[in-house]
Amino acid sequence: MNDQADDNKEIVDESPNRRDFLQIATYTVGGVGAGMAVWPLVDSINPPADVLSLASSEIDISSIKVGQSVTVMWRGRPVFVRHRTDTEIKEARAVPLDSLPDPASDEERTQKAEWLIMVGVCTHLGCIPNGQRETDPKGDFNGWFCPCHGSHYDSAGRIRKGPAPTNLEVPPYQFLDDTTVKIG
Amino acid sequence: MNFYKNIVLPIHDWVDYRLPVFSYVRKNLVDYPTPKNLNYWWNFGALLGITLMTMIITGIFLAFNYTPHTELAFASVEHLMRDVNYGWLIRFMHSSGASMFFILVYIHMFRSLYFGSFKAPRELLWIIGVAIYLAMMATAFMGYVLPWGQMSYWGATVITSLFSAIPIVGDSLVTWIWGGFVIGDNTLMRFFVVHYLMPMIIVLLVFFHLWALHSHHSNNPLGVDMKTPADSIPFHPYYTIKDLLGLGVFLTFYLTFVFFAPDYFGHPDNYVEANPLVTPAHIVPEWYFLPFYAILRSIDDKLLGVIAMFSAVSILFVLPWLDRGRVRSAKFRPIYRQFFWLFVADCFLLGYIGAQSAVEPFVTIGRLAAAYYFAHFLIIIPLVAKFERPLEPPESISAGVLEAQLKSKTAEPAAQLQGAE
Ligand code: HEM
Ligand code: FES
Repeated sequence: MNDQADDNKEIVDESPNRRDFLQIATYTVGGVGAGMAVWPLVDSINPPADVLSLASSEIDISSIKVGQSVTVMWRGRPVFVRHRTDTEIKEARAVPLDSLPDPASDEERTQKAEWLIMVGVCTHLGCIPNGQRETDPKGDFNGWFCPCHGSHYDSAGRIRKGPAPTNLEVPPYQFLDDTTVKIG
Repeated sequence: MNFYKNIVLPIHDWVDYRLPVFSYVRKNLVDYPTPKNLNYWWNFGALLGITLMTMIITGIFLAFNYTPHTELAFASVEHLMRDVNYGWLIRFMHSSGASMFFILVYIHMFRSLYFGSFKAPRELLWIIGVAIYLAMMATAFMGYVLPWGQMSYWGATVITSLFSAIPIVGDSLVTWIWGGFVIGDNTLMRFFVVHYLMPMIIVLLVFFHLWALHSHHSNNPLGVDMKTPADSIPFHPYYTIKDLLGLGVFLTFYLTFVFFAPDYFGHPDNYVEANPLVTPAHIVPEWYFLPFYAILRSIDDKLLGVIAMFSAVSILFVLPWLDRGRVRSAKFRPIYRQFFWLFVADCFLLGYIGAQSAVEPFVTIGRLAAAYYFAHFLIIIPLVAKFERPLEPPESISAGVLEAQLKSKTAEPAAQLQGAE
């Protein structure tokens, strides 16, 4: 076999010949086929339909008093719902935007000033910041404090100090009426 | 700068000097001398290897979504089928793949019987093969239990109860296997673990299988050894391309079932969740167990039935010593050849009987077929080996190939071949 191939080389010049074409065609078809066979396996690891379908939660906020927070679940993650005090709102709105690591105004982050709703997952590495309970440490900015690596969030859930890169995420939500919010 | 010369080659040499993986592959898959006359029946080993890999990979992805618990197993499989992306495809590739695996292995085994590939010096290769076959059956049986349908549950009950036929310790053995007094959570968990473990053991056995194979090289349709380099051609590209063509045909066959008849080899009762209080009207094993199931049922005594069934497989282990005939290939064994085909027919007949209910005339036919199965190994094979007068096989593979060419009506290809040599 090898002899034969060597013979061929002497006769045929370097330009691609029939055999090169067949070889490239075989590898291409094989490669595309392998890719198509692997994709279903890779995709099966993605969230399945039942997980994706847990898309929205409705909550009754009538019993949350001023200064209180509750935590609800949305897509398996905690969502913080806080009935803010006037002080908190004032503090949050008084901060100059250009002093923030991730500038966003309090108005952009809330639909109604007294209700702050956000995903309670630290944007650093995924811990759940403290600050929901009255007795929790709230950090240097009267909001939330992540115990894992010390990220401080203010009363609008914006990152102020520490390693987290961005503000706590605001999920899509909608007030269905004065006492009901639909998250998602 | 030449990428191949300056980067690839030095790395290749550096590694190969310390751990000769590349030389190993070259020796065993590229330059490997292979008889030049192998026909398509020699494709099936390679196809089995590819199917083994397919089963392991799809199995791992199934396990990502499976829960080995009696309350959750059935639902977890339904969840896989309905909600997981391509879950249906992965499951059907695995379930139809099991049937493909057995189709391939039966052809592979009958090939070895026909061409005498189990004879010296390939006895251990054959014996390791039989061990692989046993491991495959155990794996398939336990896998079928996992979806926890009615067939899973009652199939598992019946098969594990076979061990209760063993005198004295039988009942405690079954309780031990079950981890309880019925098939339950403990059983399901251990079956899942063992079902995941066995394929790894099969991989190990296949490694030894191929080690033995490469020690004495493949047999071939003429059944004579390779003697001179003229008898062989390198594995690559000749047999890689031949195996690739076979793979294409096989995948077409396999995927036709996966996409168009995924439940063809299954049983509708297995879409009903296991119910320990109700046995389905007809319980039948998977098709690949049917011949042995027929042998089990052909004897009325519980213990003897079980012994007959296990002997039917175990007898394969000693086949190399039952057939002491010198000539390997059935091509040159006019009598053996006829009994070979009778034996194939008998296996199909047993399979058919295994699928019927145990009523007349099936019972009597089944008994005769089972008796013939054993007679083939214990009486016919030794006697034929002793008294048959085989034709004289050709001196070498080249001589045999040439002879065949000359005999065929068109003289031209033969002339070409002569010219080439
Ligand atoms: C996972 C299952 C198996 C795999 C992956 C496998 C793989 C292979 C491969 C790649 C070959 C060489 C190619 C060929 O001859 O087709 C081979 C040869 C052989 N196998 Fe298997 N095999 C398996 C099961 C079995 C079983 C169950 C038996 C017998 C009970 C068996 C008996 C043999 C024999 C006797 C040969 C030598 C054939 C010859 O050289 O003519 N194998 N096997
Ligand atoms: S995870 Fe919150 S600070 Fe690191």
